[in-house]
Amino acid sequence: MNILDTFLWGVLPYMVIVILIGGTIWRYKYDQFGWTTRSSQFYESKILKIASPLFHYGLVGVLGGHIVGLMIPASWTAALGITDEMYHAGALIMGIPFGLAVLFGLIVMIFRRRTNKSVFAATTISDKIMYVSLMAVIVFGIGVTIFSAMQGHHGHNYRADISPWFRSLFLFQPEVGLMRDIPFTFKMHILLAFALFALWPFTRLVHAFTAPIHYLFRPYIVYRSRGGEKVGRRRGWDPVGTSDNSSNLK
Amino acid sequence: MRVMAQVSMIMALDKCLGCHTCSVTCKQAWTNRAGTEYVWFNNVETRPGLGYPKRYEDQEKWKGGWTLNKKGRLELKAGNRFKKLFTIFASPIQPQMTDYYEPWTYDYQNLISAPLGDDFPVAKPKSLITGEDTAIDWSANWDDDLGGTYVTGNEDPIVQKIRQESEEKIKFEFEQTFMFYLPRICEHCLNPSCMASCPSGAIYKRTEDGIVLVDQDRCRGWRQCITGCPYKKIYFNHKSGKAEKCTFCYPRLEHGIPTVCAETCVGRMRYIGIFLYDADRVTEAASVENDQDLYEAQLDIMLDPFDPEVIREAKKQGIQQSWIEAAQKSPVYKLAKEWKIALPLHPEYRTMPMVWYVPPLSPIIDLLKEQGHDAESQENLFGAIDSLRIPVEYLAELFTAGDTKIVVDVLKKLAAMRAYMRDITLGGVGKEEIAEAVGMTGEQIYEMYRLMAISKYNERYVIPRAHMEDAHNLEEIGCSLEGDGGPGMLYDDAFSGTGARPNPVSAGSYANTARADGKVNIFMWDGNGRPDAMFPNTAGSTRAK
Repeated sequence: MNILDTFLWGVLPYMVIVILIGGTIWRYKYDQFGWTTRSSQFYESKILKIASPLFHYGLVGVLGGHIVGLMIPASWTAALGITDEMYHAGALIMGIPFGLAVLFGLIVMIFRRRTNKSVFAATTISDKIMYVSLMAVIVFGIGVTIFSAMQGHHGHNYRADISPWFRSLFLFQPEVGLMRDIPFTFKMHILLAFALFALWPFTRLVHAFTAPIHYLFRPYIVYRSRGGEKVGRRRGWDPVGTSDNSSNLK
Repeated sequence: MRVMAQVSMIMALDKCLGCHTCSVTCKQAWTNRAGTEYVWFNNVETRPGLGYPKRYEDQEKWKGGWTLNKKGRLELKAGNRFKKLFTIFASPIQPQMTDYYEPWTYDYQNLISAPLGDDFPVAKPKSLITGEDTAIDWSANWDDDLGGTYVTGNEDPIVQKIRQESEEKIKFEFEQTFMFYLPRICEHCLNPSCMASCPSGAIYKRTEDGIVLVDQDRCRGWRQCITGCPYKKIYFNHKSGKAEKCTFCYPRLEHGIPTVCAETCVGRMRYIGIFLYDADRVTEAASVENDQDLYEAQLDIMLDPFDPEVIREAKKQGIQQSWIEAAQKSPVYKLAKEWKIALPLHPEYRTMPMVWYVPPLSPIIDLLKEQGHDAESQENLFGAIDSLRIPVEYLAELFTAGDTKIVVDVLKKLAAMRAYMRDITLGGVGKEEIAEAVGMTGEQIYEMYRLMAISKYNERYVIPRAHMEDAHNLEEIGCSLEGDGGPGMLYDDAFSGTGARPNPVSAGSYANTARADGKVNIFMWDGNGRPDAMFPNTAGSTRAK
């Protein structure tokens, strides 16, 4: 285990988490005005209506797959009588369609962004960096999935090393040693994902954190007093709200 | 009974010149920024016409407003909450830039820098979206004054509806047509469907005055409000990615002065005042089964500001004495409730709109005049109102969900006012029977005439100030001592926009892409300078500016 491994798998994850959480808190506190989906449907709708749901719903599936794969120990599924072969077959059958939906959706959306003049004119540098990293993560993600599908049961069993390592991060006892010998493609997928997570708070991706689930429960009509809620000053951080924008004081 | 106050506007359409001054001054005040080029919080439509955005009244297409579901309960026409969330990744019904227009400018530089040649240099139109050459083919008032109506007029959703019903073509030939202007702002509805559509809960109604606003910090750009609003009066700022709408000029209202559109109205056709209404009965009123009963239902929840029980209840809800007095003097209460000559725009959307209209008598007068009749005579006018079916039906589709009787009653009152006042102007005495014919008294008609025709500033606009004892709560005020008459003389200060305080929204000074108060967001920040609002205040002592 060399220093690089220790850094990549024992230190970097925590740096990314700090940036992700800290950056999100900063953004939420100081740039609510910039916190939006930055929709471009106003300029172009036809392609978006196909590509965007494909991408987003695919992403929901992919996220679910990652949660199951990373968080549920192999011993638990084994206890349910699910063999490794069954598990991997299931993962591939469900994972590949979702993954391809994400990939295809993103390719079409980037194509649209590049070819539609109005949409391209509204594309920021932040968007471009984000799209590159998102695409890289997805390409490597699909790559390792398809690659291991082709290798059959000789493929790399990430549930034996990556998943325990991932869980160990949350116990603050990172088992760096597990990560030393995983294939390069997996390493790239993970490192690129780190980059994406670090960029997350500073791009439009933040809109995912405010998915409006509470819409299902709130009353239709919202009354609010002119002055908004009054709050005291918090220690350490000065409120930045001006007198004409008291909602910032929350 | 839960008494609430609502600021409301009524526009007397006979007095609209169609000059667009309101639109222009509103735009200069509020939407003169990148991202809002196509945004007209106030626009003036020529009717019959397509409106702005194109055919916004066609709710079978746009799915705005409310509808009653099978159980007879209110439901958003665009679908329930689950449907809205499941389709959030690409809004299924959403007006495009082409439904509004592609904003443009002209390449004026070419007029100066073109090389010497035989031809005159021209300033070519350039798209403000892509920066490239563009062809101008639509705008916010493309069919102004019936321009091109012989081509587009029959696409007016209301014209189509009347045609379907009567199998008769509305004539757009010059000599047989009718037209009037319809200025539109946000309706500041009692039952707003934009608000109900907002997944983030960023749109709210102010409890003090009922103004509907979008919290710019909480809006996440899902754009469901744009689908939800049947009047299409919420717009998407395509630079900031947030929804924006008419604010009823709340910074001005709070100081007791009218909105910019009303202040600058050349025809003096706008009236601003407050209603007291029963907030508990809004949903019930909006849920009545028959569309044509919605006008009466809405009128019913407007409370009598002289009723002692209403006053007691209002005080209990914390409504100030000055507001109750303003409600008693309210011109909009007189027009809508006492004389019943003002009507809501498209009550069938079930949003309980609060910007109402006195329908125009002018199409009828114009037709009488053109045919050489006396357009002041009561008999002629009443006869014409009864026989000129198409203008009346058109107005009914706009204001009463198609109930022509209500429109006829209103028009007859306006006609009676003309006839009654002619007698007085010619040195005679007003004939009481003219007033009685429309169920009014001569005195009432005279009072109506004063408000409608003389239209003094202080009678048109009865706007109670936001209360100074609440000053620390105001969105525009820092110090309560600065109230008008107080040591700080707030009025001067707030509108000159100078001084050490941060600029209030009302003070102007719009940077090109920055938000009204000079705040920038992460996308607008060009990397130069340090936007203080985006960082914690490390200097310590004073608050971040």
